[in-house]
Amino acid sequence: MTTLSSPFAGSLRRRRLPKWSPWAIAAGSLGVSFLAVYAGGLLGGGPVLTIVVAALAYMVGLNIAARVVEGKRAARNRVASSLIYSAFTLALLPLLSVVWTLVSKGVDRLDGDFFTHSMNGITAFDANGGIYHAIIGTVQQVAIATLITVPLGIAAAIYIVEYGRGKLAAAIRFFIDVMTGIPSIVAGLFILAFWVFVVTPVFNDGRAGYSGFAAALALSVLMLPTITRSCEEMLRLVPDALREGSYALGVPKWKTVMRIVLPTALPGIVTGVMLAVARAAGETAPVLLVAGGSNSINFNPFSDNQQSLSIYIWDQAGAASQYAPARAWAAALTLVGLVLTLTIVAKLLARRSKLR
Amino acid sequence: MAKRIEAVGVTAYYGEFKAIEDITITIEPRSVTALIGPSGCGKSTFLRAVNRMHEVLPGARVEGRLSLDGQDIYERGVDVTAVRRSIGMVFQRPNPFPTMSIYDNVVAGLKLNGVRKKAVLDDACERALTSANLWDEVRNRLSKPGAGLSGGQQQRLCIARTIAVEPQVVLMDEPCSALDPISTGAIEDLIFELKNEFTIIIVTHNMQQAARVSDRTAFFSISQTGDPGRLIEHDVTSKIFTNPREKRTEDYITGRFG
Repeated sequence: MTTLSSPFAGSLRRRRLPKWSPWAIAAGSLGVSFLAVYAGGLLGGGPVLTIVVAALAYMVGLNIAARVVEGKRAARNRVASSLIYSAFTLALLPLLSVVWTLVSKGVDRLDGDFFTHSMNGITAFDANGGIYHAIIGTVQQVAIATLITVPLGIAAAIYIVEYGRGKLAAAIRFFIDVMTGIPSIVAGLFILAFWVFVVTPVFNDGRAGYSGFAAALALSVLMLPTITRSCEEMLRLVPDALREGSYALGVPKWKTVMRIVLPTALPGIVTGVMLAVARAAGETAPVLLVAGGSNSINFNPFSDNQQSLSIYIWDQAGAASQYAPARAWAAALTLVGLVLTLTIVAKLLARRSKLR
Repeated sequence: MAKRIEAVGVTAYYGEFKAIEDITITIEPRSVTALIGPSGCGKSTFLRAVNRMHEVLPGARVEGRLSLDGQDIYERGVDVTAVRRSIGMVFQRPNPFPTMSIYDNVVAGLKLNGVRKKAVLDDACERALTSANLWDEVRNRLSKPGAGLSGGQQQRLCIARTIAVEPQVVLMDEPCSALDPISTGAIEDLIFELKNEFTIIIVTHNMQQAARVSDRTAFFSISQTGDPGRLIEHDVTSKIFTNPREKRTEDYITGRFG
């Protein structure tokens, strides 16, 4: 065999920058940027500009250093890696900023009084008042909406994936896609026109009635397509080999779906449901339209106005009282905490059902 | 327990495409029949037609007569789940149910068909795992997930799952193609033992395997791409491998495939 004339022939070893060099370049570019911005008076200065300039200087510096020592390919690799890390940091910044703002502004009013009292009889000059009534409303409305949509959504997804063939299934899929894009206010108006003004009067001596249940219906309209679509995707991920393995044991199709396919897809379905629940819990406009909002406690979702956390936040954020903003922030923090807790609990339940 | 399978003029389609045509073959009880032939010649399609798994795919249908001890399995009024309970199937890739433990995997067929008694299930589990030569390896971790076993163990688990429902016929679709030689040997030994109780049909690309495990061998082939697969020759294994009637069989066996 003759010698290879490949352009890649030769040693497998390459010269590498020492481990500390990225840190050294980072420190150097921070210093240069600090000098340029503050001493040089670049573009009016400021800490944000310093960091942006430092990041750019770091990438240029690292590129040059890597190009000289390690070669072109390694330099490109290093720059691409730092771009990806920067993108990750940029994406994380708004999230951290939201959490920080919520916690720092919301923690003031997080006391026992806030969770155990409603806004009944609270005037613009009272510093107390709480969200008890709003928590009841949100929990009831979202719970009812979840009870309605989860069975319907999973059943619809099972139909589409396991049973639906041809035009009908395709049409249903298409309309679910369209429903996903319905603006929440339209869902609210639909329930207002249909349930509040047409159906409710039949049971209510001809009078239209706001209720928490109407809000739950509006939220259901919003949640149903989301749950169906995510559930459909999860069912499609279950390998056909498992379905066939079950059929080959003489297990009927419906039992295969219930006992093999659904349990396999369960963790993903739970995630999809929790995303829909989180979105529903934060909806304001449709709930305001059909539940009306209230300052007092109403345990009955089937009659009279009910408050929810999102309406409460909207209401307090615009209220003419020096104490209202603090209440709005604390309620927002509570809402996020509630959704987070629900998500964690649901994930733990889904994991517990899986095998260790 | 074991039953005879008779296929007369079996033709199977995927939509418009005719995958196999006019297959006529009789498979005797308590024997191992190997189906060999080039890729795409319809061995797996025929195998899946035997326990009515072919029709699971959209647009797929079967014509002709397939019977189990004289009972036509495609007759109107025949319960497809009952057919599949009598004719079990082991697939190419091990497919244990990922949400189930080893124990639940083995008794899945019984449990999902309504058997509730723990004593019955325990007994069936031990017997099936023992027959599948897996009992000693897993007896102390029956509650661990089935997906945590090695590939060869998973395949033996799937065999145990299949024989736990006490079928009359066991179909195997290239059961060793995803396994190493040692696991393959274990499964071949197992096939040899299972022959005493079941009728076995095995699809294989490995001709040594066909020669080792089978009593009779059926050679399938296609004349060209797009044509349906046909049964070329079916005979005692030793005859197929030493003195086949057909030239095409001999060419395939000796590696001069054309």
